[in-house]
Amino acid sequence: MHEPLDPSRRKTLGCLAAWSGAAVVWTLVGGVPRALGATSSGIAAGTSQHAFSFAQISDTHIGFNKPANPDVVGCLRRAAADLNALPQRLDLVVHTGDVSHLSKPEEFGQAHELLSEIRVDRVHTVPGEHDALDDGLNGYLKQFDHDGKNRAWYSFDQGGVHFIGLSNVLGFKMGTMTALGDEQLAWLKQDLAHVSHSTPIVVLAHIPMWTVYAQWGWGTADAGQALALLKRHGSVTVLNGHIHQVLQKVEGNVALHTAMSLAYPLPTPGQEGIGEPGPVKVPAGELGKLIGTRELTVVRGKHELAMIDTPLDHA
Amino acid sequence: MKSSIALLTLLAAAFNAQAADVTVEIKRFLFEPKEITVALGAKVVFINRDETLHQIKADDGSFVSKALDTDDRHEQVFATAGDFGYVCTLHPFMTGIVHVKK
Repeated sequence: MHEPLDPSRRKTLGCLAAWSGAAVVWTLVGGVPRALGATSSGIAAGTSQHAFSFAQISDTHIGFNKPANPDVVGCLRRAAADLNALPQRLDLVVHTGDVSHLSKPEEFGQAHELLSEIRVDRVHTVPGEHDALDDGLNGYLKQFDHDGKNRAWYSFDQGGVHFIGLSNVLGFKMGTMTALGDEQLAWLKQDLAHVSHSTPIVVLAHIPMWTVYAQWGWGTADAGQALALLKRHGSVTVLNGHIHQVLQKVEGNVALHTAMSLAYPLPTPGQEGIGEPGPVKVPAGELGKLIGTRELTVVRGKHELAMIDTPLDHA
Repeated sequence: MKSSIALLTLLAAAFNAQAADVTVEIKRFLFEPKEITVALGAKVVFINRDETLHQIKADDGSFVSKALDTDDRHEQVFATAGDFGYVCTLHPFMTGIVHVKK
């Protein structure tokens, strides 16, 4: 079992946030959630009538029962209650993969039920590699085929935003990272052809769309091709999961973010003393500070999204 | 008669060599041992000792395990001589190889 995460990590993330402050407002400070919607120009997005709010959850791993978190169901329930208790109603929840832990039908079924407890218009998911075990994505798609086309990538429009869900969990190659694949990239090109450059775009994919740490496979080999297609659009936000921690990168108009898990933390990339990306067991009382949810608000006329990462344990 | 006994002994020895299971454990995202050499017909038992899932797939697609949870095992009999590289499909930086000798 690993040692606890470096407690100074949150401070480090705060610094990263300051570095990219021009693109995204980061409101996580020491794990304490702040009022929704402070943006770089100081406008309170949460009070804007033109704001569209949604939440990202990730890596729920329903079915996981190891010491790192013996109660993943309880954690998802708490997250659902938190989202339902927000002062502003959410329009949408997105789940960036590893819905289940073992791709079992009962896990997908239970996850579907739990997600339906969140009071939103809809919940959209993309698959993680844990959702694609043994029989590929068949089990996942029985519960989460969002556009009825029996494939794990799709797009939809809501609140003036074009959402794109991608699957980057079936293209693992020996000794390398995962990939989206040519078929999906061709579809993406076709899909974007119908989207105006001024429409905000949110891309969902499980594994980070930039190389966070190649040694652990934390990246997508052909993400560059996807990002090249997205580059000409004015506002692009990529939301990823997989690495169970908040990291971000900004490239021009494209802001990429990974999210906390709702199951257990993973080590920081290449964390000293930890040679592999396995679940980190933390002392009792610490877990709730390291897993949680993210709320996002899109304000018309602004290319950046306001974000708040909220740990399960919060004031 | 003597030669028959000698032949039987030889066959038994060959059978034993083939039947001896070889174990490859998965620990901390590594196959241990990463490289093994076995006799034709040998059975290799892969056991996952990690808390994380792993899934083994041959590079040439000749075999693939189920997703292996903690202490789950996959048994693979190697009935063809050759070199069989394999990878964890969930963590493709994890690789190993089985050399099968006639």
